[in-house]
Amino acid sequence: MAKVPVQFTLNGSEKAEFVDSGTTLLHALRDKIGDTSPKGGCHQGTCGACSVIIDGELRLSCLTLAETCNGADIRTTSGLAEAGVLHPLQRAFLDAFATQCGFCTPGMIMAAKVLLDHTANPSREEVVEALSGNICRCTGYEPIIQAVLTAARANSQNAA
Amino acid sequence: MTLALQTFSTVKDANMALQAAGTRYLGGGTLVVRAANEGDVSVSSLVRVTEPSLSAIAVSGGETRLGASVTMAAIARHPELAALAPAARAVGGPAIRNMATVGGNLFAPAPYGDFTVAMLALDAIVVTEDGQVPIQTFLAGRDASRAIVTGITFVLPRAESFRFLKVARVKPKGVSVLSIATLLQRAADGTVTSARIALGCMADRPMRARAAERALLGCRLTAEEIAPALAVAGEGTSPITDPIASAWYRNEVLPVHLGRLLLA
Amino acid sequence: MELRKSYFADVRQNGLNEIGQPRPRLDSPGHVTGKTAYFADRNFPGMLHLKMVRSPHHHARIRSIDTSEAEKHPGVVKVLTAKDVPHNVYTILILIQIGPEDETVLADGKVRWKGEAVVAVLAETERAAQEAAAKVKVDYEVLPAVFDMEEALKPGAPLVNEYHGQNYYLYDSGECRKVRFGDVEAGFGQADHILEQSYQSSPIEHAPTETTGCVVAPEGNDRFTCYTNTQAMFFTLDNASIILQMPGSKLHFVGGTVGGGFGGKVDVIVEPIAILGAKLTGRPVCFIYSREEEMQISSPRAAEKVVIKDGVMMDGRIVARKVTGYTDAGAYSRHSPYGAQKGAAHYPGPYTIPNVWIDTYCVYTNRTPSSAMRGFGVTIGDFALEVQMDKLARLIGMDPLEFRFVNAYRDGDMKAHRQPTEGAALIECMQEASRAANWPVAEKYMAMSSYTKGA
Ligand SMILES: Cc1cc2nc3c(=O)[nH]c(=O)nc-3n(C[C@H](O)[C@H](O)[C@H](O)COP(=O)(O)OP(=O)(O)OC[C@H]3O[C@@H](n4cnc5c(N)ncnc54)[C@H](O)[C@@H]3O)c2cc1C
Ligand code: FES
Ligand code: FES
Repeated sequence: MAKVPVQFTLNGSEKAEFVDSGTTLLHALRDKIGDTSPKGGCHQGTCGACSVIIDGELRLSCLTLAETCNGADIRTTSGLAEAGVLHPLQRAFLDAFATQCGFCTPGMIMAAKVLLDHTANPSREEVVEALSGNICRCTGYEPIIQAVLTAARANSQNAA
Repeated sequence: MTLALQTFSTVKDANMALQAAGTRYLGGGTLVVRAANEGDVSVSSLVRVTEPSLSAIAVSGGETRLGASVTMAAIARHPELAALAPAARAVGGPAIRNMATVGGNLFAPAPYGDFTVAMLALDAIVVTEDGQVPIQTFLAGRDASRAIVTGITFVLPRAESFRFLKVARVKPKGVSVLSIATLLQRAADGTVTSARIALGCMADRPMRARAAERALLGCRLTAEEIAPALAVAGEGTSPITDPIASAWYRNEVLPVHLGRLLLA
Repeated sequence: MELRKSYFADVRQNGLNEIGQPRPRLDSPGHVTGKTAYFADRNFPGMLHLKMVRSPHHHARIRSIDTSEAEKHPGVVKVLTAKDVPHNVYTILILIQIGPEDETVLADGKVRWKGEAVVAVLAETERAAQEAAAKVKVDYEVLPAVFDMEEALKPGAPLVNEYHGQNYYLYDSGECRKVRFGDVEAGFGQADHILEQSYQSSPIEHAPTETTGCVVAPEGNDRFTCYTNTQAMFFTLDNASIILQMPGSKLHFVGGTVGGGFGGKVDVIVEPIAILGAKLTGRPVCFIYSREEEMQISSPRAAEKVVIKDGVMMDGRIVARKVTGYTDAGAYSRHSPYGAQKGAAHYPGPYTIPNVWIDTYCVYTNRTPSSAMRGFGVTIGDFALEVQMDKLARLIGMDPLEFRFVNAYRDGDMKAHRQPTEGAALIECMQEASRAANWPVAEKYMAMSSYTKGA
C-alpha cells in the first residue's frame, strides 16, 4: 500500500505523518495524529461533525484528502482553549446549554469560529446561515444560535 | 486495490493519467470522495491538477471565464460576479461551498447541479484541452466524457435580466426540490424578446424548458400573459424521484415556482 | 417560565430547590473542548474493520453462499457466516423470558428483510473490507414478501418468521394483548354518539448524529473489552454472552457518552459479531455503521395502526372505548412485543372510562425490524387518542379542553387494568395549561382537583 507523507500545522504545532494515499483528513487526524475532536457522523458531507478550519476556511475533513493539506494551517476544536482558558464560544456553549450529547459540538464550534473571525457582530440570520451545514439531533438549534450570539457579544465587549 | 491520489502540475499530464481504468478526476471531492467513503469501490485512483489557471476568475467587459477549480464560495464573494452569487450560494452549506467546484458541479447528478442550471441559462461554453463545447452538448455527453474540464466561459448577465431560484424544504441549505434560472431580454414596452429557461431536478441533469421559452416570446410579465408559458413548462421533463420529492410533485410545483420567479 | 409551587404543596417534602434553576451538565466541559471520549475515539494498533454483506431482497431463501473470492482478497483476514456464530438464533428480550428466539445474527438459509446481515468481512482497512464484501456471492431464491400488517394477518399471507409460525406474536393471552373492563357493548348501547376512526404512522428513524457501533479489543486471558455506544449495557452484555456462549466474566463492556440514541441504540446488533471477529482473529475489531446503515438498517420506531371506537354522552362522558392496535415489528421481535403490550396498557389514555376493550397485535412483516424509540408503544397512541378526543368534543359540541376535564382520571378512579389511580395530576396540568395558553374553561373545571371526586 502506497504511503504518502503529510505535513501541516495542527493548532499551531507541526505534524508530520505517513498515511495511505487516499486517506481522508478526518482519518488522519483521528487515527494517526490522535486529535479525535473532529467527529465522523456521516462521512458524506451532510452532518458537519467533522468540520475543521483549513487556512482560515471551514472545511469538511471527511471529504478532504489528507495529502491535499500539505503545508496547510489546520485548526480543530481541541486547540481552541488557550492555556486551559476556554474560548468565548466554548464558554457560551457551556452556559447556554448548547450541547447535549456533544457529538455535533466540535463541528458547530468550528463553523461558529469562522463566522466570528470574519463577522464580529453577526445577525441571527448570519448565524443560522453559518451553522446550516451542521446537524444537531439533540439540542434543537436555538440554544446553539443563542450561544454563538452570546459569544459574539462577549468578543466585541472584550475588544471594546 | 486501494484508493490512491495522483497529483499533476499540468492538465496535459493529468489527462493522460485519467485514461486508466478506475480513474477519476478530483475536484473539490464533495461527490467523489463521498462516494468512496460510502463504499463505491469502482474508483481506485483519483487525479488532480495544481495548475493555477484552473482556480482563476477572469472578468473583462462581459466576457467571463471561471477556472474549473473555482469554488462556489469564491464566486459568491467575488464583487464582479454578484449576479451569480445567488446560484453559488444555493449550493450546500458554508463548508461545502468552500470545497465544491464549478467543474464538479457540471458533473453533479440531480438533485445536485444548481450552479450548472445557472450556467445553462447563460448558454455557457465548457472548455477542455480538446476545445470548446456548448454547455448543452457537454451535459448530454458528460457520462462518457474523459477529459478534464479546465473552465467555463459565458457573457455575464446584467443583474435585471437574470433570475435564479432554488426551491428547498430545509432552509437555508436543503437539497433542491428543483431550481430554475432564467435569462430574459425585454423590449422597451416590457415584452420578452428572448428567453432562456434552465431547470434543475426536472431530469437527471439540468435541462432547458424550450416550450416555455417559446411561449414567453412577445409576452409581458403579467400573470395572464405568462400563463401559456407556465402551462407548457413541464413539457419534456422527466423529474427524479428521491427522498426530497416525487417526480409527480416536482412536475406539479414547477409552473408555480416558475410563475413566481417570472413575476418577482 | 414561571414556576408554580402551589400545586400539591401539602404532599411535597421540600421547597423544589432544584427545579427551575440552571445547572451545568457534568459532561459539557468535555464536549466543548472536544475531549469527551466516544466509543469510536478508541483506536488500537492492528485494528480490523468489519463490513456486512446484506440482503438485497425483502424475503428470500439462500441457496448458497460463496466467500472464496472474498477470502482471497488482499487485506482480508476473516470472513464469517452463520456457522461461525456459536448461538446464532437469539432474541433480545429472552432475558426477561420473552421468547421464542427468532432472529439470526448472520442469516441462515433465509433472509426476511432487505438489509439483513448475511456475511461479515474483516479486513485490514475499510476499503479492503468493502471490496471483499462486493466479492461475496450469495445465491437467492426470492420469495413473496408482505409489507402491510393487515395483509400479513390474513390467511394465506407469506409466513415471515418460522420461529413464530404465524405472523403475529403469540402472547400468553393469545394472538394479542387484551384489556377487558366493564361491558363495552353495553356501553356503546347506551351512548348518545359513537365515533370510530383509524390512525396510522410510518416508521421513524432516530438518526442520531453518532452512528451505532463498537470497538473490541482482545485482552490477555481470553477476555474482550467492548467499547460501545449501546443504550442498554447489560442487555447487550448478557445477550452477547448467550450468542457467543461465553461467560459474562470474559466480556468487559465499556460504555460512556453516547452521541445521541433516542432509543435507537438498545438493540444488540453490532457487539456480538464484532467480539466474535476479535476472538477468531485475535485482533482488535471495529464495526461502525455507515450513515446509510444507520438510516436503513438500524431499527426505526415501529409503524403503527390504531383503530379507536368511542361511545360518548352529550354531557361529555366517554362511556365505552374499544381500541385495536397493530405494531409492525418488521421481520423480528426485538422490543416490539413489549411495545405492543405497552400500547395495551396505554390506550385508555389518562381518562376514566367505565367500559374498555383493547386488543393490541405485534405483527411480523418483511420490513426492517423496528424497536424502541422515545415512548414506543405510547407516542403514536397518544397522537391517535388526542386527535380522537378533539373529534369527540367537536361531535358533541363541547370545548375540547373542558371535554378532557370531564373525563380526566383522578385519585381513586379504577383504571381499565384494575389499578386504582394514584398521584394523578392531569387536572392541575390542564388548569395550568388553560392559564398559560389563555384558553379559558368554565370556573367549575378550574375548581376541580385530582384528589377529590365531585369537587
Ligand atoms: C452535503 C452536501 C450538500 C450538497 N448540496 C448541493 C447543492 O445544494 N447544490 C448542488 O448543486 N450540489 C450540492 N452538492 C453536490 C456537490 O457538492 C456540488 O455539486 C459540487 O459542485 C461538486 O463539485 P466537486 O468539486 O466537489 O466535485 P467532485 O466530487 O470533485 O467531482 C464530482 C465529479 O465530477 C468530476 N469532475 C470534477 N471536476 C472535474 C473537472 N474539472 N473535469 C472533469 N471532471 C471533473 C469528478 O471526476 C467526479 O466524477 C452537495 C454535496 C454535499 C456532500
Ligand atoms: S462526517 Fe463529515 S460531514 Fe458528516
Ligand atoms: S448535542 Fe447531540 S447532536 Fe448536537
